[in-house]
Amino acid sequence: MTADLVLDVQGLAVEYGTDRPARAVDDISFRLHRGEILGVAGESGSGKSTLMTAVSRLDRPPARVVSGSVRYHPRDGAPVDLLSAPPGQLRELRWDRLAVVFQSAMTALNPVMRVGAQFVDVLRTHQRMNRKEAWKRAAELLELVGIPGDRARNYPHEFSGGMRQRAAIALALACDPEIIVMDEPTTAVDVVMQRQILAQLQELQARFGFAIVFITHDLALLVELADRIMIMYSGRVVETGTASALYRAPQHPYTLGLRDSSPTLRGPRREVRAIGGSAPDLWDLPAGCAFHPRCPQRTAGCDTTRPPLLVRDGHGTACLLAQPAAARPATTPNGTEEGA
Amino acid sequence: MGGVTLSPAVPEAAARSRTSRSAVRQIWGSVLLKRIVFYLVAAWAAATLNFLLPRMMPGDPASAILLKMSELGPVTPDRVQLVHRLFGGAASEPLWRQYFSYLGGLLHGDFGLSLAFYPTPVSTVVRSGFLWSVLLLGVSTVIAFVVGTALGALAGRRPGGWLDSVISPLSIFVHALPYFWAALILVYVFAFRLDWFPLSGGAGPDLAPGFDPAFISSAITHAMLPAATIVLTSISGWLIHMRNMMASVVNEDYVLLARAKGLSETRVTTAYAARNAVLPSISSFAVSIGLVVGGSLLTEMVFNYPGLGSLLNQAILNLDYPLMQALFLVISMTVLVANFVMDCLYVLLDPRTREAAS
Amino acid sequence: MTRRLPIRVPANRKVRFGLLIFLVLVLVAAFGPLFVSHVLGQSPTRLHAGGALESPSGKHWLGTTSSGQDVLAQLVAGTRTSLLVGLVGGAIATALAVLLGVLSGYSTGRSGAALTAFVNIFLVIPGLPLLILVASYTRGRGGWVTVAVIIGLTSWAGGARAKRAQTLSLRNRDFVAAAGYSGESRARILFLEVMPHLAPVIASTFLFSVVGSIAAEAGLDFIGAGHASTVSWGTMLYWVQSQGALQSGAWWWFLPPGLCIALVGTAAGLVNFGVDELADPRLRTRRATGPAARPRRTGGLTPEKAR
Repeated sequence: MTADLVLDVQGLAVEYGTDRPARAVDDISFRLHRGEILGVAGESGSGKSTLMTAVSRLDRPPARVVSGSVRYHPRDGAPVDLLSAPPGQLRELRWDRLAVVFQSAMTALNPVMRVGAQFVDVLRTHQRMNRKEAWKRAAELLELVGIPGDRARNYPHEFSGGMRQRAAIALALACDPEIIVMDEPTTAVDVVMQRQILAQLQELQARFGFAIVFITHDLALLVELADRIMIMYSGRVVETGTASALYRAPQHPYTLGLRDSSPTLRGPRREVRAIGGSAPDLWDLPAGCAFHPRCPQRTAGCDTTRPPLLVRDGHGTACLLAQPAAARPATTPNGTEEGA
Repeated sequence: MGGVTLSPAVPEAAARSRTSRSAVRQIWGSVLLKRIVFYLVAAWAAATLNFLLPRMMPGDPASAILLKMSELGPVTPDRVQLVHRLFGGAASEPLWRQYFSYLGGLLHGDFGLSLAFYPTPVSTVVRSGFLWSVLLLGVSTVIAFVVGTALGALAGRRPGGWLDSVISPLSIFVHALPYFWAALILVYVFAFRLDWFPLSGGAGPDLAPGFDPAFISSAITHAMLPAATIVLTSISGWLIHMRNMMASVVNEDYVLLARAKGLSETRVTTAYAARNAVLPSISSFAVSIGLVVGGSLLTEMVFNYPGLGSLLNQAILNLDYPLMQALFLVISMTVLVANFVMDCLYVLLDPRTREAAS
Repeated sequence: MTRRLPIRVPANRKVRFGLLIFLVLVLVAAFGPLFVSHVLGQSPTRLHAGGALESPSGKHWLGTTSSGQDVLAQLVAGTRTSLLVGLVGGAIATALAVLLGVLSGYSTGRSGAALTAFVNIFLVIPGLPLLILVASYTRGRGGWVTVAVIIGLTSWAGGARAKRAQTLSLRNRDFVAAAGYSGESRARILFLEVMPHLAPVIASTFLFSVVGSIAAEAGLDFIGAGHASTVSWGTMLYWVQSQGALQSGAWWWFLPPGLCIALVGTAAGLVNFGVDELADPRLRTRRATGPAARPRRTGGLTPEKAR
């Protein structure tokens, strides 16, 4: 199994600000295997986008990685910690091995450059192609996602929203990467376009075999797409497991709420319910389990004890309810991000 | 990209018609045509303002001019008529007729006689200073824009970096220096104290203007300090503007993506960040160039540089309204042309403007 | 929370420093002349109060001019003139900028297009030459007030453009549209929904109009097109130039007025720079501090940013 490992994130923590820092990502670990689709779900403010920028080392002040490692495992050779890699090495790995697709392709493409030219510069940098080859390849890549190759000469504003999003995906494929991190790549397009893009994405993934970290707030979508899913709440992982297990039998009340708050396309009909309340303020997190003020199943201890992520048979849950009574600590381990 | 097969996968891709080359040219044409019309209207507005101002002002500029002319020499009836056409005063004709004969006169470049250089026609006087000013202003503005924008891009790339914390406060102060005072200080230090450059003038007095090395090198030495003044004081405006735009553009997704693409830092900064950040500088050129032109006129006065600014100074001292009026028009037209050039540059740099017009 | 109230709660160091400079200048303009005449016993206009071109001394803190006038007394009197011209000119320019900018941004159809064209035309006609032209027709009649009025009337275009852009973006916001659907009158929407959101931009425009007016007045006086008998920073520099103070090395005479003008501009630049940073956290030079600086994805956060 470890031979297939491509990305190994351990104990990653990201803070905002310095005087009174807020942890947007707190002690997150996960492994990504070759050809795997890992879904990361959570509400806005859960830290999932911060996680993505930290993993791809695109974080910028006031965000700051305070601990952890992000190891990339190449097919041959020693693993590289992306967080401590020197700029030159990082630049070489970028896009060639790890590509990203942003939430809004509307803003992710340079408005004053032809779409093709934005493929050409990356191809010329990493694949050492000459200009002519690169333009030809750009056209081919666009065709992969169903955009006529001659549209490479257009500017982004001449593309529709769906085309731009697909172009961004094609761009991510340019150097045949091993990992693509996608941050809500289908949020900005309508539902029909979303289905189209996802179908296309699965097809491309089957063909090229890259691994995907797919970040979204839409759990229902992940269930259909991902192999494994990680649920985030207030910067921490609250539940992780295979897509089917997690959807069939969620163990964390938050996952349950998330599941029941969106209708499914397949499966039995059930009532759609919203989770009451809203995501907590990172500068003022509740003590104990961060979800307890909104939790319908909270019991004694939830407001004082922060449950650790307990993994059994590949399924992890961070909830007192899911833990054997003996494992419950009596008091809070000194929490770092409680409100001052 | 001929020869590639169209993918049938997505309907809207094919539905959007491709823009052919001739269509692109048409769009270009219509954007620029709109601007040309605008500048023609602006030119007409400046001329009309010139017509209305002396007629609206208290006092009677026309009689003041005629009085002064009579002191300088005999005044023929057609000269009297010309003064009335330009400045009003005689109520013999209805205003609209005065207006049309005024506009007609302008088209022939007829601005009357200068009082400061009596009886030289105003058009001759203006022509003598025009090239000096345009060269000085043009060269200094290009230098200031290019250098200021480049420095601003460097400072704004890392807000709070060492370069930013040195350059930004410094340029706020330099930006606040009045042109004429900066000119005085430069004269004092470099011409008067150090004697590196001539105190004033446009070229050595014993040299006849022409394309010979002696004249050109003398003209360049004389232009150094005025140009330095204009560059020094206008550079910081471009710098601050670019710095702020850059500081906000470096956080755009497309710059982040460029960095994620593993492109070189230079490529990310120039092709992605600076290329977008410079657009507002160009579109706000009109506001900035007005200030630079004003400043360079004052600078010329300090250096007694033989351009439009010094002529304006002469006109003010001698209450030479005909010259002043003509200078205002000529300066305005020059600024309009400069703005039009920048508009063309903008259309060239921002593909979205081409689309918007179609 | 200090966000959105940059003027009232200057948490930013640059803003505070800039405002402090303004405060000092206002105090000098208000009480300086009294101090000069009663404590130092000097007058800005008295000739031969001392010898010609005396360097700074206990009696003449900033030395004397070539006609033996006290430079400090002139500088203080000039501060008052310059600030008055700045305030009057700035107020007129800002009022025109708000009126024309908001109307041209808010009106639709022909009248909107016509107003926009009007603003844009004034934007491309260079201000200083126009100012000089008008000022020389008035030939100093009416003293500094006339000068201030002319400055105000010729320098509103830049501010109007900023207002127009802001109004345009506000017009398309949901809350303005909602007010429209709920049947409020256009004037009511304009004053109650749109105007309050323009307050920071108006403040910034006023600041720059004041500084611009001060600089314009100085330039006008310097070339002798202003009001020659008023003591201002500009007329001081006019005499500096015509009396050859540079050649005499009388730094106490030619440095202070120019530095004062630069100081005003620097103060405005600092305030604007700081306000920009407060309005748009991405411009911030220092690391964010505290909850006010909470990072967030900014969609169209900063209507305050225009100048």
